[in-house]
Amino acid sequence: MTDQERTEALQAQVAEAAGSGRALRVVGSGSKDFYGNPVEGQPLELASHRGVINYQPTELVLTARAGTPLEEIQPLLADNGQWLAFDPPRFDGPGTLGGAVAAGLSGPGRPYNGAVRDMVLGMRLINGRAEVMRFGGEVMKNVAGYDVSRLNTGALGTLGAILEVSVKVLPKPEATATLALERPATDCRACSEEWVRGGRPVTGVAHDGEQLRVRLAGTPSAVDDAVKGIGGEVMNPAEADTFWSSLRDHQHPFFQKSDRPVWRLSLPPGADPKPFGGDQFVDWGGQQVWLTGDVDPTVLRQQAADAGGSATLFRGQMADLGAFPPLDAVKTRLHAALKDAFDPERIFNPGRLYPETKEH
Amino acid sequence: MAAHALFRAEDTRFEVDVDPLIEALRAVLPGEGLIVHESGRRAYECDGLAAYKQLPLLVAVPETVEQIQAVLRLCHEAGVPVVTRGAGTSLSGGALPHPQGLLLALGKFNRVKSIDPERRIARIEPGVRNLAISEAAAPYGLYYAPDPSSQIACTIGGNVGENAGGVHCLKYGLTVHNVLSVNMLTMDGEFTTIGSEALDNPGLDLLALLHGSEGMLGVITEVTVKLLPNPLTKQVLMASFDDVEKGGHAVADIIARGIIPGGLEMMDGAAIQAAEDFVQAGYDTDAAAILICELDGSASEVEDQMAVVRACLDDHGASRIQVAADDEEKARFWAGRKAAFPAVGRLSPDYYCMDGTIPRRQLATVLRRISELSAEEGLETVNVFHAGDGNLHPLIMFDGNQPGQLEAAERVGSRILQLCVEVGGTVTGEHGVGIEKINEMCVQFASAEIEQFHAIKNAFDPAGLLNPGKAIPTLNRCAEFGRLHVHNGELPHPELERL
Repeated sequence: MTDQERTEALQAQVAEAAGSGRALRVVGSGSKDFYGNPVEGQPLELASHRGVINYQPTELVLTARAGTPLEEIQPLLADNGQWLAFDPPRFDGPGTLGGAVAAGLSGPGRPYNGAVRDMVLGMRLINGRAEVMRFGGEVMKNVAGYDVSRLNTGALGTLGAILEVSVKVLPKPEATATLALERPATDCRACSEEWVRGGRPVTGVAHDGEQLRVRLAGTPSAVDDAVKGIGGEVMNPAEADTFWSSLRDHQHPFFQKSDRPVWRLSLPPGADPKPFGGDQFVDWGGQQVWLTGDVDPTVLRQQAADAGGSATLFRGQMADLGAFPPLDAVKTRLHAALKDAFDPERIFNPGRLYPETKEH
Repeated sequence: MAAHALFRAEDTRFEVDVDPLIEALRAVLPGEGLIVHESGRRAYECDGLAAYKQLPLLVAVPETVEQIQAVLRLCHEAGVPVVTRGAGTSLSGGALPHPQGLLLALGKFNRVKSIDPERRIARIEPGVRNLAISEAAAPYGLYYAPDPSSQIACTIGGNVGENAGGVHCLKYGLTVHNVLSVNMLTMDGEFTTIGSEALDNPGLDLLALLHGSEGMLGVITEVTVKLLPNPLTKQVLMASFDDVEKGGHAVADIIARGIIPGGLEMMDGAAIQAAEDFVQAGYDTDAAAILICELDGSASEVEDQMAVVRACLDDHGASRIQVAADDEEKARFWAGRKAAFPAVGRLSPDYYCMDGTIPRRQLATVLRRISELSAEEGLETVNVFHAGDGNLHPLIMFDGNQPGQLEAAERVGSRILQLCVEVGGTVTGEHGVGIEKINEMCVQFASAEIEQFHAIKNAFDPAGLLNPGKAIPTLNRCAEFGRLHVHNGELPHPELERL
């Protein structure tokens, strides 16, 4: 099947679903199926829509079909000393580029290296009218038209199916080291800030409940200087890699130890999540906290909101509780209106982000 | 005057009964808050794209968010268009008034509400000037990263509306990468906060959507931005090349060797000469191109990067490399680049600044074509280039007093933008579409895409009252413009009659 034929087959499936009003469940490799509210619908398979279309290392841009596995993209970039700096989580499966962008999740380096949405430059997608459209492009600066590509980043496939994505790629730092320090979790923010202001090449600050870990990545002398300046114990490189990837992909024992729900707290700098209770794994220098344990969801959501952040039910489901915290009336209205703007028959992943009423 | 009609019939479809509107607005905007008299309105008839002029029906200069809200509600009820304006520095006519509309001038919203030095967050009103944010943050060793060349005058509200860039955005990002949240009023006067102080937010990324939306979706009443610590060390070097293409290759290779400079700017021979004549920055006027490269970070990091960049410039045949010895020399290296626009202004009675972005590898081809396209119309073009991110600013020189020259400059400009699209780029990198590039949008986008943009607009502003006739062309406009983008051999607007 040619690329054109595959696109046309997807368009036909979307047109058919729109005509009959039947829901579609957009599927890549399925590695993040657990994330968001459950969706019923006929699968719209994108995994076979794969392959890198354009990669220009000196332009810092890669364009690939949505179904391209991350493990195909990462070695290609590594051969050119580059990487996806947003370091997308893969969780249990191979993960695809389209899935990474649709989920909008970024790895432990996010506060220092940027998020998925910061790196998305353009995309091709099918909307609910079965139209194939292209927005943005392969250049760094582009303000022609609304930023549809970033709007679809993290939209969990609710506005359409992503067919291709262009992302900014970055040089992979030459040297890296991870230090383990005997500091409490509440020090994450202060340490991160002190090191950033001191010009240290910090790309991760996390606390697993026992030790604080800081990842450094940059030029060799900058990393060496930071290792000497910060102190603590230098982790064995293989163990350090495992630590950061197991945090990113939730393979760390913290995430495996129970079938209790996992909450994700996204917090302003300096917020103290300790009073929220539960077991906590602090990431993003204190701005992303993973929490498990017996907590009252309503209380937790209120605490997170009072702190100026939000609490997402990341893994596991609870009766009468949406995965994402409710929005105010204006944003609820805008969400519904944007859904209608892209997907008037409401066929794409209905309800995965927020519950939807059918009448419109 | 612009060489062609600014607004189309469908953009001026509104029926406004002005006397009752004035009466209602007077009740919410006391004193000088409402400008009715023509001489007062005249001050707002254009923005930075001064060739385009349009007198607004009325001008509102509110002082409180409640007043903005009341104005929006009244205009919404009466079906009156609203164009929001900050400092009016748009180079694309984004703040050009609407003939049937109210111009909402937010210049009085010029307070920095808070600086939180510990958490590196600033809360500011939309009319605060870009540079004023960094000035307010400076006592704490902090700054706001995006620095468009108009930063002394342009306001943060306008920066959000245009997703403004600057010379440091390859490394530090555009406005969208540096804004944490905005307070916004919808056209019907409803208030909401979009974004937060956290690094992400539940739901669709409305914050990203608002960036670069050119005042078409809502009115921003407050902006929260992140601040960065001043870099510990900074080095600036300047390399000369006897050939533009060599400079282009050096840029690509610096990046290929893993360096993301804080700034990476290129100027062609004509721009070098103009800048040197103007500010005596010590530029090498024998060079066909110069590259200014700024490296920042910790001392050891900058030292490592300097070695790589120098080697790279040597390998690509730089005829001369100068490293700024001190802060004064750093400032001087930058001064010529920053003064490039006014410098060109001294060479020519008028100039027209374009803003295409191209894949960097196309630089030499595009510069050659720009020179040919200009020559065909008997004009000359000077080029400055945000080389790091491929954003090109050709300055087309013309004399508006010579019959036909403005039209010729606009033709050259339009063809340059089409060239940018042809080589895989975009019609606007950072200046916005506004009214200036609205026709060229038809070259870049197909019907379904343009209709999708209108659907997004409709989701926020169903009555189409915010900044009508800007940013997104109607399909009728595209049909009339005639030069349509052809995707895969298919005409993009098959449903329309060709005029």
